[in-house]
Amino acid sequence: MSTIALNTSSAVGKAAAGNAEAPVRIAVRNLNFYYGDFRSLKDINLDFYDRQVTALIGPSGCGKSTLLRTFNRIYSLYPEQRADGEILLDGQNVLSSSIDVNELRARVGMVFQKPTPFPMSIYDNIAFGIKLYEKLPKSELDGRIEEALRKAALWDEAKDKLRQSGMSLSGGQQQRLCIARTIAQKPEVILLDEPTSALDPISTGKIEELIEQLRSEFTIVIVTHNMQQAARISQFTAFMYLGEVVEFGPTNKMFMNPAKKQTQDYITGRFG
Amino acid sequence: MSEHIVRSYDADLQGLRQRIAEMGGIAEKMLVDSVAALARHDKPLAQAVIASDPRLDVLHREVEENAILTIARRQPLAVDLRETISAIRIAGDVERIGDLAKNIAKRALAIGGDFQPHKIVVGLRHMNDLVMAQLKDVLDAYAQKDTAKALDVWKRDGAIDALYTSLFRELLTYMMEDPRNISFCTHLLFCAKNIERIGDHTTNIAETVHYLVTGETLAIDRPKNDRSIDTSVEAGA
Repeated sequence: MSTIALNTSSAVGKAAAGNAEAPVRIAVRNLNFYYGDFRSLKDINLDFYDRQVTALIGPSGCGKSTLLRTFNRIYSLYPEQRADGEILLDGQNVLSSSIDVNELRARVGMVFQKPTPFPMSIYDNIAFGIKLYEKLPKSELDGRIEEALRKAALWDEAKDKLRQSGMSLSGGQQQRLCIARTIAQKPEVILLDEPTSALDPISTGKIEELIEQLRSEFTIVIVTHNMQQAARISQFTAFMYLGEVVEFGPTNKMFMNPAKKQTQDYITGRFG
Repeated sequence: MSEHIVRSYDADLQGLRQRIAEMGGIAEKMLVDSVAALARHDKPLAQAVIASDPRLDVLHREVEENAILTIARRQPLAVDLRETISAIRIAGDVERIGDLAKNIAKRALAIGGDFQPHKIVVGLRHMNDLVMAQLKDVLDAYAQKDTAKALDVWKRDGAIDALYTSLFRELLTYMMEDPRNISFCTHLLFCAKNIERIGDHTTNIAETVHYLVTGETLAIDRPKNDRSIDTSVEAGA
């Protein structure tokens, strides 16, 4: 009998939609994070690729939301929280004291778990964000607001009631309004912290579809507890546990054939 | 593999494994009995083989239905997803093995007490012994998630193909020698082909076991030694 060299190949690895050729938009280097004395992120090193969706998964308290909150330094609202290491956004360290935090937050937009519309009209909810950074004539502002609502797939539902309160919208619509508010500032990166965990399946579907659309323009980082959601919408996935990155790779590989047993156990519901 | 937090999930996957184990047991017995019935002209045994096929079909359907339910209910990922998909594939292969063995049993009934050259029957039995070992080993490899054992089965299939080719040539010779031999030789030829096909299904299962365990598909072509298509009637004579 002939001897056979066993070449194995992973169809999954090849079919991965993740494009590691894409330039790195955010490079995290030796990042540590502290809540007072407690070190909640330990030497994180991760790359986030341009116009790709990266999902952060892991059990509660693993540090994934903390990591997300360092990208726009929203943690600096709280004096006892601090970070060291580097987060390079287009090569510039956002943790540097010379960074204008307000400008950073315009470049790195964030959407939270619970929809957070301001108690004002739909129109003003979006105009508010733009006016913080830019002075625009009314006609141009109108255009920007329409563009943002269209990109957030809310225009058709909201165009006849722009003067109504943002609070009058349904939960899913409110979340899309928050995304519109973020997009209107023309950010480079969008951070999503469990954006659909408070939404029904139909609204969740709309947000997921929206994320897929937004990927052509923005670099997206999403924290989610829903494994299937991470598998559906992201190109890259990082699994975190106890403040460390256990495994990072193309999403298809992570969910079909993860390299680490810990990752496998978590995504298949064996610990957590 | 440690247990799931949701214990009924483990029970779902265990249910798939158990059904496939039962299917494997039935298919093994059908294959042994069908060839024994052929060699010994044992009609009741052939009928028993035919009668056990419906149970195999029921189990096959149950594996499919339960695997689909598991996908819908649990959205399995990683090794669990591979396990579920593998169960569907393996059940399909084992069900086909049962069909092929049933076909041998039917031919055993059709041939009845016609003259059968001893040499051919010995050849068929030998081929069947090899395939039986393949089937048993590959089912063990599945139960034990042993990819090395599965690969061994996968590599051994070439020997079965070679044996089939030689039986094929011999049967052709008998047919050319005396046209009265054509009827039973055709039946035996199909029996040989069925056994060879069963060997192919065991290699399919071996590939599935490899995928189940490693998450990777075997990239290269399996060793093939079936030369029967190159055998012309002249060459056979």
